[in-house]
Amino acid sequence: MEDDNSTTAFPDGRAEQEQPKWRRDFPIDVEADEYGSRRDFTRFMVLTSLAFACGQVWIALLSFFRTRRPTEQRIAAVDDLQDGQAMVFHYPTNRDPCLLIRQSENQFLAYSSLCTHLMCPVRPELEHDRLHCPCHEGYFDLATGRPAAGPPRRPLPRIRLRIDRGIVYATDVEERTS
Amino acid sequence: MPVPQDQYFFIDPNRCIGCEACVQACSECDTHKGHSMIHLEYLNRRESPQTLPVVCMHCDSPTCAEVCPADAIKRTEDGVVQTARKPRCIACNNCVLACPFGVPKMDTRQELMMKCDMCYDRTSEGKRPMCATVCPSQALFFGTREDIERLRPRSRAVNEFHFGLQTIHTKVRMMVPRESPASYIDVSDAMYDSGERSDEQDPMLAAARFALPII
Repeated sequence: MEDDNSTTAFPDGRAEQEQPKWRRDFPIDVEADEYGSRRDFTRFMVLTSLAFACGQVWIALLSFFRTRRPTEQRIAAVDDLQDGQAMVFHYPTNRDPCLLIRQSENQFLAYSSLCTHLMCPVRPELEHDRLHCPCHEGYFDLATGRPAAGPPRRPLPRIRLRIDRGIVYATDVEERTS
Repeated sequence: MPVPQDQYFFIDPNRCIGCEACVQACSECDTHKGHSMIHLEYLNRRESPQTLPVVCMHCDSPTCAEVCPADAIKRTEDGVVQTARKPRCIACNNCVLACPFGVPKMDTRQELMMKCDMCYDRTSEGKRPMCATVCPSQALFFGTREDIERLRPRSRAVNEFHFGLQTIHTKVRMMVPRESPASYIDVSDAMYDSGERSDEQDPMLAAARFALPII
């Protein structure tokens, strides 16, 4: 009669290797289809993870070259502030507003004044020993900069200070996550 | 479990009496309740009440699967072309239009193509397709080649069909008279009345022609 083992017959009668690529990519038989899907899935996984790995390397390179050590910057003279007074300054760039607070004779504190919730400027409330963000009623502890109440969850970045011969210098920004 | 390799589906148009028992039985199946995957074609309705049951022929190179843009129609290792995979089928109707035998049915409510899969739930467990079990004249026969040779000594099985320039080899066999010289059956012959049919001398073979509706 006719041969039976013809489940891989193609319309043009040529062998599987001579078929166009789309036909090999979309096989009709279930086994070949599952094999193809598995192979495609593996290829997808390998290429995607390779892309992620390359992206990580790229990000690492970028951040390596972008890292700037903040330079030391003169803020104010010690005598400019009375005890329990605060002033605004900008550090490390002109777009980063900060607060300098004189708590006592020898104790200066400085924080970034951008609220860690939505970057509203915080206002010192020194009589209550706290910093207040009026946007969403967030409060920060004055001594540590940690959030005390309201929506902020992260502490304010602290500015490291150095006092030399009556002059207050900002030396570094200490980003904190908790 | 695949369909046994020695089991074949034979369609014997000469024996079809048009009772539609197969259609009823098919539409009662739970896997496609209310929809029959088999239908009867009239060969030449003007001249004869002769009908012909049409099931999926399970082509070696299934046109429905070839034209499927969603890669939804697959064939299992036993050569049975399955219904479209539900997650893939996009209800584009390509297979319905492309099949030379008019087998795939589009269920627009489900947005799913459904076609005869030779009762894969039954045949893969060694049972016969439902239509073959209910056919009173055994125009639909499911069994081994030895069986059909013994039961139908005056017929032989043909599995080559022509449709335009397309040559189709199928898993399902169609019985033609043993003395008939035809080595293939032309599906498109019955689609339009050419007036010069070469098989008019052979009414038995004429019974094996498909009569597709002219739209």
